[in-house]
Amino acid sequence: MLRPSTSIPRRGRGPLWRDPSVRALFFQALLLVTVLGIIAFLVHNTMANLDARGIRTGFGFLDHRAGFSISQTLIDYSSNASTYGRTFLVGLANTLLVSAMGIVAATIIGFLVGLARLSPNWLLARLAGAYVEIFRNIPLLLQILFWYFAVLRALPSPRQSITVFDSFFLNVRGLVMPAPETLPGFAATPIALGVAIIAVIALVILARRRQAATGAQWPVLPLSLVILIGLPLAVFLVTGSPLSWSVPALSGFNFRGGMQVLPELVALWVALSIYTAAFIAEIVRSGIQSVPRGQTEAARSLSLPGGLTLRRIVIPQAMRVMVPQVTSQYLNLIKNSSLATAIGYPDLVAVFAGTTLNQTGQAIEVMTMTMLVYLSISLVVSALMNVYNARMSLKER
Amino acid sequence: MTIKKPWAWASTAGLLTVATLAPSTSYGATLDDVKSRGQLRCGVSDGLAGFSSPNAQGQWQGIDVDVCRAVATAVLGDPGKVTFAPLTAKERFTALQSGEVDLLSRNTTWTASRDNSMGLTFAGVTFYDGQGMMVSKDLGVSSAKELDGASVCVSAGTTTELNLADYFRANDMTYNAVSFDEADQTAAGFDSGRCDVLTSDSSQLAALRLQLSDPSSAVILPERISKEPLGPVVRQGDEQWMKVVRWTLYAMLNAEESGITSANVDQMRDAPKSPDDARLLGKDGNFGEQMGLSNDWAYNIVKQVGNYGEIFERNVGKGSPLELERGENALWTDGGLQYGMPVR
Repeated sequence: MLRPSTSIPRRGRGPLWRDPSVRALFFQALLLVTVLGIIAFLVHNTMANLDARGIRTGFGFLDHRAGFSISQTLIDYSSNASTYGRTFLVGLANTLLVSAMGIVAATIIGFLVGLARLSPNWLLARLAGAYVEIFRNIPLLLQILFWYFAVLRALPSPRQSITVFDSFFLNVRGLVMPAPETLPGFAATPIALGVAIIAVIALVILARRRQAATGAQWPVLPLSLVILIGLPLAVFLVTGSPLSWSVPALSGFNFRGGMQVLPELVALWVALSIYTAAFIAEIVRSGIQSVPRGQTEAARSLSLPGGLTLRRIVIPQAMRVMVPQVTSQYLNLIKNSSLATAIGYPDLVAVFAGTTLNQTGQAIEVMTMTMLVYLSISLVVSALMNVYNARMSLKER
Repeated sequence: MTIKKPWAWASTAGLLTVATLAPSTSYGATLDDVKSRGQLRCGVSDGLAGFSSPNAQGQWQGIDVDVCRAVATAVLGDPGKVTFAPLTAKERFTALQSGEVDLLSRNTTWTASRDNSMGLTFAGVTFYDGQGMMVSKDLGVSSAKELDGASVCVSAGTTTELNLADYFRANDMTYNAVSFDEADQTAAGFDSGRCDVLTSDSSQLAALRLQLSDPSSAVILPERISKEPLGPVVRQGDEQWMKVVRWTLYAMLNAEESGITSANVDQMRDAPKSPDDARLLGKDGNFGEQMGLSNDWAYNIVKQVGNYGEIFERNVGKGSPLELERGENALWTDGGLQYGMPVR
């Protein structure tokens, strides 16, 4: 690429406009003023037109009582007392929940399918290939509707629930299961978990140093698991198991107690995960195939086992190809979660850009806020993935 | 819904664009727009038997649809000159505000906030309704007061959703709401057992009940938990257009009150029974021209669409599958609330 010379000759003599740096400054200032002018004109005109049409503007509506109920609220919300501003947060939390669940599941499924597609096992490779082609080529909305209407709606009514141990109930209204309720003294367990995490980090660092110094390896993975599970569990038992379970029971129309996983959430989650995983599988396959064969052959010539070759040699190099593309898939998944509105999952678009917009009529404010949220989430995810990418990238020394 | 979603986005984008770019003096000439276009663009429900739904031939039918046809007849002299835009509850106001439709005739409740802060004006009431609840018969419930803890299917973005919360709160009961975008999905949710209760305006419940796999398995509870005056809506700031829509309704009501029907309107015009009839049918005075219409606007409406009673009977009354009573929708002379302002 041609780059402008970085050393612009200073003006020796002559008029001011002959100086390239002055000219550059002038035109940039002109552009900035023009852009700001256009924005100011658009905003002013919008406000004037809305006013002329008798449409209220402003964000005052966020403090008004919402007065409608939402089927899944991760944060405190009541239709009696909460405001439209609160519906925004409730919708946002629901969007983040399904996005996070989707990203985790899509990554796991995508990796496994991508690896399976390269497997020497004929059947496994063909099955993985079929998976990719089927789920990649059907529109996501149809898949969401399929899971919701065809699969989950076929479940029995609450009274005929499929029951396991009299505490898990699966029916057309979702999965109802026991919910933990903490008793006094429970706080020690999360603290123990925190200590265990720090201990594991320390262990990993120590193990690395030791391997670098002596070449000897410690069984880091089993040790970490023992610490992570054992320490909190020991503390939990010592403090007298301060946890009770709220077991759901059918009373009146519905189950009371326990917690409920909405079928809308499950349908959306399954559809998003399976759809995105098909794309991630292809990314994983292309990433692995981009690693030169010589790398594998060199590992084999050292008699390294296949799993270790994959884990320590192939995948780290493939990651450099995969991370930017997988980031795009994560962003797509987050944006696609807005299709929730088709099946009544209360995400940001359904609750805020849908119901709240309709109850208040504040289209411009609501749509602006919603778009800014998706933009912010996407930028944050990109930034995190870029940091990861920078750490994974080839370091030439 | 794959087909309908674009409406929502197009409407919102349209509102943004219109609000951003249109010079602020260009609103207020809907009548001229409709005349020069030769078509009325009318927003209706996306499928609600008796109010607006496509029949087997793909033609829109219903009381809301007939209001659209009546307005088209008043303005253009032809009930066929209407383009129908099916809108979900959530899309309807943006579509009207942004100018996608000239008129919204979509079982919409007249409320203070809609009339005063959203740039909308209600032209009248075509149907006095009230919110009710429908439950499955085998639940054995006979009153809405017994619904504590129930799951309720409701359409998102409606007054129904707000009344529901208020009712359960006032009676100190809890509920889980499951909100869907479209009336069809809401009914399907109830049908498949996703909820115990389906709540909506009681006329809609009667319509939605017909769509259930077994209509006789559901029962509508006696309580009416709200007032729901439904009527056509126009954009605020266009008095002339609002009056055209309003007087279209009055013409249909006055025709019924005078006993003028689509069958006898010709002979009534040739030999009016009273000075009132002569004025209404354009034999005396220039009441149509005062609105920017032709003088035989009311004659055209009654001749080609019918009077209010005819429209009611064929769409939702005893002659229709819904079989609703006239009730408060009877004329004031029969003890109801429907009252046409005098043409004079």
